[in-house]
Amino acid sequence: MPPAIEVRDASKSYGSLRALDSVSLQIEQGEFFGLLGPNGAGKTTLISLLAGLVRPDAGSLRVMGYDVVEAYRLSRRALGVVPQELVFDPFFTVRETLRIQAGYFGLRNNDAWIDEILERLDLKAKAHSNMRTLSGGMKRRVLVGQALVHRPPVIILDEPTAGVDVELRQGLWQFIRELNEAGHTIVLTTHYLEEAEALCGRIAMLKQGKIVALDTTRNLLGRVSGVRLRVRLFPDSLPDSLRGWHVGRDGESEVMQLPDYASLESMFAELRRAGVTVQEMELMQSDLEDAFVQIMRNH
Amino acid sequence: MSGFLTLLYKELLRFWKVSFQTIAAPILSALLYLMIFSHVLRGRVEVYPGVTYGEFLIPGLAMMSLLQNSFANSSSSIIQSKITGNMVFVLLTPLSPFEMFSAYMLAAVARGMLVGLGVLFATMFFIDVPVVHPLWALAFAICGGAILSALGMIAGIWADKFDQLAAFQNFIIVPLTFLAGVFYSVHSLPPFWQHASHLNPFFYMVDGFRYGFFGMGDVQPIRSFLVVAISLIALSTLTLKLLSSGYKLRH
Repeated sequence: MPPAIEVRDASKSYGSLRALDSVSLQIEQGEFFGLLGPNGAGKTTLISLLAGLVRPDAGSLRVMGYDVVEAYRLSRRALGVVPQELVFDPFFTVRETLRIQAGYFGLRNNDAWIDEILERLDLKAKAHSNMRTLSGGMKRRVLVGQALVHRPPVIILDEPTAGVDVELRQGLWQFIRELNEAGHTIVLTTHYLEEAEALCGRIAMLKQGKIVALDTTRNLLGRVSGVRLRVRLFPDSLPDSLRGWHVGRDGESEVMQLPDYASLESMFAELRRAGVTVQEMELMQSDLEDAFVQIMRNH
Repeated sequence: MSGFLTLLYKELLRFWKVSFQTIAAPILSALLYLMIFSHVLRGRVEVYPGVTYGEFLIPGLAMMSLLQNSFANSSSSIIQSKITGNMVFVLLTPLSPFEMFSAYMLAAVARGMLVGLGVLFATMFFIDVPVVHPLWALAFAICGGAILSALGMIAGIWADKFDQLAAFQNFIIVPLTFLAGVFYSVHSLPPFWQHASHLNPFFYMVDGFRYGFFGMGDVQPIRSFLVVAISLIALSTLTLKLLSSGYKLRH
């Protein structure tokens, strides 16, 4: 079984800007994979290379084992891409748009699947509306539909929930999750880290065209070292000996970052010695955002 | 195969949905040219023996409309898709460069032919024009439309903004069509301009097409056809090269 996506030493420059710098990456079939990184990190460039919208300067890329340059017909059949920009063809209705997109892939009589897509994306009532008349969120869902219309085994979503309201976002993720459970490989870029945390099994973080972290979501969360906590003190004054762990103030509480759980003991000892009592204390869960910020800072 | 048919269908639907603008309007412009010029020049110019100026003008106007609309179709479709970003829907598919090329070309030729035929039918009510060699006329119509649709693709791919496309159209396509002997026989020109006209491939399209109607032209139809065929092959090769290389489409 070939990997869903295989990238080997892929590089791409635009003029003097190195958008992607010798990136290697393998995504297995059936994964729910996240591509994270700040703007300009190279996420969209990587997706464009996989989709054949951009040609690599060096390296090779495969989708379901098919080289995206040499065997582009097969690799593009295996891939559905939801582009980041909200694009549409103003000449057509929603149903025409989906039918035409299916036709490009050589599919006829695909209406049962198109009906299901319209249903699942909550677009049925708009099937005969012109694309121009749709709201941004609806256009975004049509883009998702277009990417799914040829039932590709690999689906890439580039910021799919930007501009989609919360309720629909939930519905969209439910649909994508079901596709993943049915065996589709999903690759996702998003700015909403909580989405990636909730959905993705593995995550690659990109920065300035390079992969700076590639691991399971659980391991990435585990990398956020230390313990963060919030304490309310009486009297409200932090002993000087604890200043090194102090990271800020939140209301009437101090926010502390400790290297590990064992340090809790010494923190309490210092407080006791200074005659300060703990009125309230809360351990704060680290999340992907902390991991993200930490990894980006360290690279 | 059916990917190609879908793109062809989409391109046909695209202009058909706005047919007032893409078909009716150019037919009306051609009729206005005919009314004005044939009225002003009636009885003053006889280009070929036994052929009135009005008769002479009709095939030229039909061909000019055909050429300009073939160009407009492929060029505007591509530049609109590029600028609005929906070109990506075609670029993401397994369509080969040749399939894209043929679909854009056939749709553009179809629009050109519809407008050209529309001009001929509309003018039939006013002036009777003979058709001596219909197959010559058809051959030049198809090849001329195909050449202009290839030029349209090249312009659409090359241009980054509507402004650049308009420049291509106004400074290259329009002068070449107007100076192709649509409104006059190049034999009526001074020798220098006669020679200059012979360097304009559009002249051979118009002259060959007109030969199909009157059995008379400024040059032999076979010679015109050779020039047209060579132009078509050269421009098609260039267009296919651009599409295959991904020039300005796949960066």
